[in-house]
Amino acid sequence: MKKYQSDMVVADNVMVGPNATLLTLKYPESLPDMVAGQFAELQVPSAKVLLRRPISIHSIDRTNNLVEFLIQIVGEGTQSLAAVKAGDTVNVLLPLGNGFNYRSTHVARPLLIGGGVGVAPLLFLGQEFAEHGIRPTFLFGGRTESLILRKEEFTKYGDLFITTEDGSAGEKGFVTNHSLLLDSEQFDRIYACGPTPMLKAVACWAKEHETACEVSLEHRMACGIGACLCCVEDTADQGNVCVCKEGPVFEFDRLKWFN
Amino acid sequence: MVQLNTNIGSLELKNPVMTASGTFGYGTEYADFMDISRLGAIIVKGTTLNPRQGNPYPRMAETPSGMLNAVGLQNKGVDYFVDHIYPEVRKIQTAIIVNVSGSCIDDYVQTAGIINTLDDIPAIELNISCPNVKQGGMAFGVNPDSAAQVVSAVRKAYDKTLIVKLSPNVTDITEIARAVEGAGADSVSLINTMLGMAIDAEKRKPILSTITGGMSGPAVKPVALRMVWQTAKAVKIPVIGLGGICSATDAIEFLLAGASAIQIGTANFIDPSISEKVIDGIADYLQRHGFNSVQDIIGALE
Repeated sequence: MKKYQSDMVVADNVMVGPNATLLTLKYPESLPDMVAGQFAELQVPSAKVLLRRPISIHSIDRTNNLVEFLIQIVGEGTQSLAAVKAGDTVNVLLPLGNGFNYRSTHVARPLLIGGGVGVAPLLFLGQEFAEHGIRPTFLFGGRTESLILRKEEFTKYGDLFITTEDGSAGEKGFVTNHSLLLDSEQFDRIYACGPTPMLKAVACWAKEHETACEVSLEHRMACGIGACLCCVEDTADQGNVCVCKEGPVFEFDRLKWFN
Repeated sequence: MVQLNTNIGSLELKNPVMTASGTFGYGTEYADFMDISRLGAIIVKGTTLNPRQGNPYPRMAETPSGMLNAVGLQNKGVDYFVDHIYPEVRKIQTAIIVNVSGSCIDDYVQTAGIINTLDDIPAIELNISCPNVKQGGMAFGVNPDSAAQVVSAVRKAYDKTLIVKLSPNVTDITEIARAVEGAGADSVSLINTMLGMAIDAEKRKPILSTITGGMSGPAVKPVALRMVWQTAKAVKIPVIGLGGICSATDAIEFLLAGASAIQIGTANFIDPSISEKVIDGIADYLQRHGFNSVQDIIGALE
């Protein structure tokens, strides 16, 4: 898929959680083709930060050529991205990496599992399913209710189930403890994004219940295009591969998580 | 129209802008963002005799105005390069230079010998300065005798342009440069990364899996510039300057300090079309100052 470098204009930037901002950027022409699960490299408008920040594509609006990014504020880079204002320009590389597998695979009953800001790419994925008449199930987990981001938006496209560690919303516990998973037959593919321990727990469940499952990894990156070889993950078939180029989405059984 | 062409030994480049090994993949990774055939040369990533998995993740830490990497020469080996990469990269209309690394002298010699048979690879860059491998790598490049030894052994097996990439992690880089010049190098490129370290105070752990790594980016530029200036005065062979170049102005500073060509490394990660902008910026500078050729500014520091 062809990649582009573009100066995108900030259409909107609003806080949507205690530590998360929703940044909407306008592409100067028709949006290039992109797949849910792909990401962009955003140049940080701060002289203190050298490298771009890899951010997953949260959703797209083809009519208005808008791309939304749900960004968790963790350091100086994301802080300065949270501070950009409508009308500012952000230089962006997109779309990068390989997204979720849904265009070429028949999936009837998808389960989309997200942890924390890992819900970000699942909105785009949910929208893609909805466009094809499939109503996905979302299962999100977080420490507490306020960290479950964009609930109303997700429920437009599918059913949303929640777990929180403190029990402030949904069922108390981790996503893999949710009662939804008691019936292991009801989903034919899992798409998961979130912290690595959560992804490993989800992959473990999928392995046990022989359910297809893909996970989106978040590794420390520099280039985002497979040149610097910094963001590697060990795979069963090819050894170390770049998460930015081969991933960020992997079928879980390619990863050497269980041996 | 200003003349941008420059020479590295018998190798003529259409302009002095090269992309540094390990920062530009095999060139094709950048083809969506710029016309890679405009480059003076592309130095493809470090190639070794046998495949290498590199170091475990995490391999990178961002630092103020720079970054540390500890990739550790991950590559699929020279045979894979010959069979799968070479047929593709030889089509690119620019000089393709292979960066060659090894764990022992024989590795370097064998790899260089194999690359020597490839018609469309006019030069190699001998990496005796990688700080991220346990054996070989930088060990060869921090001592004039071992540097000369590996270069003279490779010289016998390789008859095209031989560039030697030098480490800044030495007391006197000119001593190493003179040693490899004496051993038959056609050119030296400098600097490779500076050995550094990053710590996560919250976790009380090193950030890199290898604890130490190679530092690059704008933060190292003044050191690189100083070493290029010193080396250009110390040797007769052309010097290729690199280290933190992020703009045409940075590149021009290296040319003024005596570099016959420059390489862009870390800046490729920040702006994947930066090298094209640097080529244009050098041409603009020459025009603005009334120079006909880039040769007029090489070593022209007043």
